[in-house]
Amino acid sequence: MDPGRLTRISDYQWQMPRQGAMRVPGIIYADEALIRGMDDKVWQQVANVASLPGIVGASYAMPDAHWGYGFPIGGVAAFDPDEGGVVSAGGVGFDISCGVRTLLTGMTLAEIAPRKAALADTLYAAIPAGVGSTGALRLGPAAMDAMLTGGARWAVAEGYGRPEDLDRVEEGGAMAGADPRQVSDHAKRRQRDEMGTLGSGNHYLEVQHVVEIFDRAAARDFGLAVGAVVVSIHCGSRGLGHQIGTEFLREMALAARDLGIDLPDRELACAPIRSATGERYLGAMRAAINCALANRQILTHLTRAAFRSVYPGARLDLLYDVSHNTCKVEEHVVAGRRRRLFVHRKGATRAFGPGHPDLPPALQASGQPVLIGGSMGTASYVLAGTAASMREAFGSACHGAGRSMSRHEATRHWQGRHVVDELAARGVLIRSPSLRGVAEEAPGAYKDVAAVVDAAARAQLARKVARLEPVVCVKG
Amino acid sequence: MTLYCRGCAVQSRQRGQRAGASGARLTRDDVAAWEHFEHGADIGVRGIGATLAEAFEQAALALTAVLTDPAGVIPRTSVGIRCAAPDDEVLLVDWLNALVYEMATRRMLFGRFGVTIEGHALAGEAWGEPVDVARHRPAVEVKGATYTALSIARHADGNWVAQCVVDV
Repeated sequence: MDPGRLTRISDYQWQMPRQGAMRVPGIIYADEALIRGMDDKVWQQVANVASLPGIVGASYAMPDAHWGYGFPIGGVAAFDPDEGGVVSAGGVGFDISCGVRTLLTGMTLAEIAPRKAALADTLYAAIPAGVGSTGALRLGPAAMDAMLTGGARWAVAEGYGRPEDLDRVEEGGAMAGADPRQVSDHAKRRQRDEMGTLGSGNHYLEVQHVVEIFDRAAARDFGLAVGAVVVSIHCGSRGLGHQIGTEFLREMALAARDLGIDLPDRELACAPIRSATGERYLGAMRAAINCALANRQILTHLTRAAFRSVYPGARLDLLYDVSHNTCKVEEHVVAGRRRRLFVHRKGATRAFGPGHPDLPPALQASGQPVLIGGSMGTASYVLAGTAASMREAFGSACHGAGRSMSRHEATRHWQGRHVVDELAARGVLIRSPSLRGVAEEAPGAYKDVAAVVDAAARAQLARKVARLEPVVCVKG
Repeated sequence: MTLYCRGCAVQSRQRGQRAGASGARLTRDDVAAWEHFEHGADIGVRGIGATLAEAFEQAALALTAVLTDPAGVIPRTSVGIRCAAPDDEVLLVDWLNALVYEMATRRMLFGRFGVTIEGHALAGEAWGEPVDVARHRPAVEVKGATYTALSIARHADGNWVAQCVVDV
């Protein structure tokens, strides 16, 4: 993207002035190099989102923004139902509530190292990953509905994890307003065998160690110190979320004209928040959020059991669980007025600042942990939400590096076996059912996560707390 | 027959020899082909055929090729699929999404397809077998077919092209 098309507000904040059908300006948080690296389609998608009814403030793009479906990946937009605001199935995406959770092992790299290979093999055996994999759990109709209503709370009640985990999950582990009746039989059928599965693509379970601390006070609050080993799990709502996204995208795209909404791109499929379609989607989408929270909770349980079998007594306390692809009702102060808004984050992380009432007491001082996934072989980061992000971007930050190269291009550059061997030589053990999948996810196929995180920090969307590097990675 | 294969779709073509093994339907005029096209984070699937139905069959092969080499999928059993849509573009998305659903819920891969289209209604059949991770080495599952880069076109040479991006 040519920075000349934007107005520079600061070195890390750029504005797209209103033009054409845009109801609000666009704001892109990035440094000039990241802007230059962004596809021109990001510009178009930010502008298209800015044209949707009821949008408030601005159409935002985070530093990792790239070409998505309707919304850019890394897009944030809030809508006011009192002003005809919409909810968009395209704006949430297919993998509803895809997210990351990080567990604190309480162990150091030195303690883990002697049995690292055994840990990798045990995790790979314990975590269903990849195409065609199934979980051990089979949900009947009543249990399915209970899961869709209760999320991680349901999972804990079923014996997957501990009650104290729930404080460390957005929404206390259960998204309110979920309506399992709005989830189709197809979506439920697609999920029947997939509870407690990792999926494939960019989803992973990674054992990581802390290599650098940037903010000592926040790191202490988060339980992070140099050498500490954590486990991060990246996955979402599996087949159920994909099916809900597919069905509502179609319904909203076809119905938009009847609802008086002029869509510049069918993927922007949306419906007024106060419409039958909008309400049904919200009920189904919230159920899918619960599915994702329950899924990550079950994976947490499996991870703990695997860890304990290698390192008896390991506890693995939950640091936090963030969701990336959501629409949530939140209160934000806009131009001095407190408003109840429907905030879409597509490939963006909620990043509530210090003192936010939704955070548990232990996280009040430092703000919400913002977990930034890299790709296998590259660094991940833990950030913390800021007051500035609350004021400027509805409490949002980036979510990861984003691809710099297509899957085809990656397979032309790398062979899966070489990627596995090279990483092993660097001390990173990869376990995956598909070498082609490993090649497609090669570290070099992703942008530099450090540049994305630095831009987010300098734009004050979040504070850098810690940098993590991988030790073991289970890829789907 | 020209068969585009994964990994060489954009830069080169791989001809004929894999057609029989893949079970792809040979046609009178040998135009049937599929290919992938680039999309930032995901993959575009494109089917080319002498008829609209054949282009849909080829697009389905391109979908399978996102996961695995279609030539390696043995057509042991078949699954019937019907869908209807307000236009042919949405019909393509519906057809591919129906296959995504059948792959996910039956834990199957499909390597051969038969399609008939009347109006904007499709009756199709997909032949395949259960996923065998050791043999198929599936790379990535498809979450859904999208409306991005979605188009149905009939070219000057009379051939049909059906394409869209799939989210992985």
